[in-house]
Amino acid sequence: MPATPNDALPTVQLLSTEGVFRPNDAAAEFLPYLDRLTEDDYRRFYRDMVVVRKFDTEAANLQRQGQLALWVPSHGQEAAQVGSAYATRSQDHVFPSYREHVVGMIRGLDLVDILRMLRGVTLGGWNPEDHGNFHLYTLVLASQTLHATGYAMGMQLDGSTATGNPETDQAVIVYYGDGASSQGDANEALVFAASYQTPQVFFLQNNHWAISVPVSRQSRSPLYLRAGGFGMPGTQVDGNDVLASYAVTAKSMDDARAGRGPALIEALTYRVGAHTTADDPTKYRDPEELAHWVARDPIVRFRTYLQGLGVEQEFLDSVDEEAADYASDVRRRALEIRAPERSVIFDNVYAEPHPLIAEQKTWLERYEASFEGGQA
Amino acid sequence: MNGEAVTPGSTASAGAAAASANLPMTKALNAGLRQAMLADPKVLLMGEDIGPLGGVFRVTEGLFAEFGDKRVLDTPLAESGIIGTAIGLAMRGFRPVCEIQFDGFVFPGFDQITSQLARMRNRHEGGLIMPVVIRIPYGGHIGSIEHHQESPEAYFAHTPGLRVVSPSNPHDAYWMMQEAIASDDPVIFFEPKSRYWPKGEVHFGESGAPLHASRVVRTGTDVTVVGHGAMVSVLLQAADIAQAEGISIEVVDLRSLSPIDYGPILASVEKTGHLVVAQEAHGNVSVGSEIAATVAEKAFYTLEAPVLRVSSFDTPFPPAAVETHFLPSPDRVLEAIDRALAY
Repeated sequence: MPATPNDALPTVQLLSTEGVFRPNDAAAEFLPYLDRLTEDDYRRFYRDMVVVRKFDTEAANLQRQGQLALWVPSHGQEAAQVGSAYATRSQDHVFPSYREHVVGMIRGLDLVDILRMLRGVTLGGWNPEDHGNFHLYTLVLASQTLHATGYAMGMQLDGSTATGNPETDQAVIVYYGDGASSQGDANEALVFAASYQTPQVFFLQNNHWAISVPVSRQSRSPLYLRAGGFGMPGTQVDGNDVLASYAVTAKSMDDARAGRGPALIEALTYRVGAHTTADDPTKYRDPEELAHWVARDPIVRFRTYLQGLGVEQEFLDSVDEEAADYASDVRRRALEIRAPERSVIFDNVYAEPHPLIAEQKTWLERYEASFEGGQA
Repeated sequence: MNGEAVTPGSTASAGAAAASANLPMTKALNAGLRQAMLADPKVLLMGEDIGPLGGVFRVTEGLFAEFGDKRVLDTPLAESGIIGTAIGLAMRGFRPVCEIQFDGFVFPGFDQITSQLARMRNRHEGGLIMPVVIRIPYGGHIGSIEHHQESPEAYFAHTPGLRVVSPSNPHDAYWMMQEAIASDDPVIFFEPKSRYWPKGEVHFGESGAPLHASRVVRTGTDVTVVGHGAMVSVLLQAADIAQAEGISIEVVDLRSLSPIDYGPILASVEKTGHLVVAQEAHGNVSVGSEIAATVAEKAFYTLEAPVLRVSSFDTPFPPAAVETHFLPSPDRVLEAIDRALAY
């Protein structure tokens, strides 16, 4: 059976699967971090989870209709992503894998920019500096863990962290998954991070499946326990509990900014959808397992909790409306995305002049222009 | 520290810097690294054993003592980790210079070099620069064990987004190192191990050629021979022997493998009508193959004979006891020159 947080395991949980605030023993040290949140924050958490779920469905539809080359669903992982993203500060840097759409949204990214890459008009999509320090998606698994570690080393070297000022001290959070945890780069990143004591959080979303291969094939022991072998703290959190994801990440990011070194967080969650729209999970997944996790939906859990707090139905309905509007706006703008000029082939391969590229660019221009009716 | 190398700025008490010095390539590279670090505080050195030890070839000797552990980073023993974190540091505004200990040890970092470093600027649509230098001691003739004598430059020259260079002498090593570090693009810097120790005059006043220029290092009229790195000295030896036999050889030092500067090569072939390309690397799908194809395309009617390649064989680098039979020698170059002239 899939792992489920309970009091017998040290998995941090604040909200029970029924949506009741019932922190388990492992949650005790993280409770103070909830004091930073207001009811407005709770509403924002809920709103973002609902909006990105709707966006996710719309993007999958666009792919099915031939408007995107591929879509990478995040359905089921919203709480892990929203909670951890809200634990970052504006000065922090975020290195995603390729499924952290709502993290990008929270950092200020227009999600249509993600669709640009998946529509095949760019290899990137945005400039991280202008979009909340949310770095580009990285498609080769775990490569970004090393970039994040190097970036965090840079923060140390230029004195932007551990000065004692939490308003300006910087840290890095890097997202990866249970499949990527087997990559050499993920392990080298943990080695470098521990060696240099980088201001960095490794946020490992264990969604239980690397395309068709279960996490049991990646690791014989819980992934958060690996942290100890590298010499850093590791925490397992119920990734479908948005408050627990927030609190655990907030503590680790605080520690990182304050110079107390890196940490690894394993968020237990589930990839409810396919790996991508090219995948068919019915070929390898037990429907009972899926049902088990669908019953632990992070949005339903948090909605139940909010209703228990007395949040009015009007608000919940308005969020559904906002999500629908957002999705239709995304659809409209996605369809307006146009192909770039062919010169993009040659642009920005090098920063400085390169005779071979220049020659080939000129050749293509002349070649294309030589056809009658061709563009000059 | 670094006491033997006479470099500009290191002789503060003398008031004026020396105009030149006779140095081995290791010291010239060391002086080039030092100059780059003095010129730009964002320049960092990273690698295995490059700190107090000064690297297994002592190229970074004295720099740890002079600049400290925030500028000279002894890293964990992981090449992908070195390159991957260098990418992150470059994103942050640093100019990392990574040392790969030996040619055959670059491959654990190959994915980060080809899939990440080389494409990062392109993926960012020009939004950042990737000024990372990767130093790789390469080549044979040092009698070493497996993975320590390779010439893997073609893999990198084949990769869009990278620049690939290799100096053949101490003067070029000093200047090309500084130019590579100043470049806003990633540069794979191949250092010919067998040329690490012979001394040569380094002129501190001027470089003489830009980073990507090839250069005629010996003029001649009968056959053009082209090579890079350690092969240049082999070509010069061959030219001496040929001269005694009445054959005039023009030698072109490639210096840059990506991009390749064809100007001096084509001008020379225009004059000689014959071209021999020599390299320590395997011949199959090599830099020499690319030069042969390009010259055949661009100078077909000038050529009086096919372009010939002199390479090592398309086998793994053999046990060192037989390496002299594997690597191109002056005699093997002369054999090709004779064949070219016999057409």
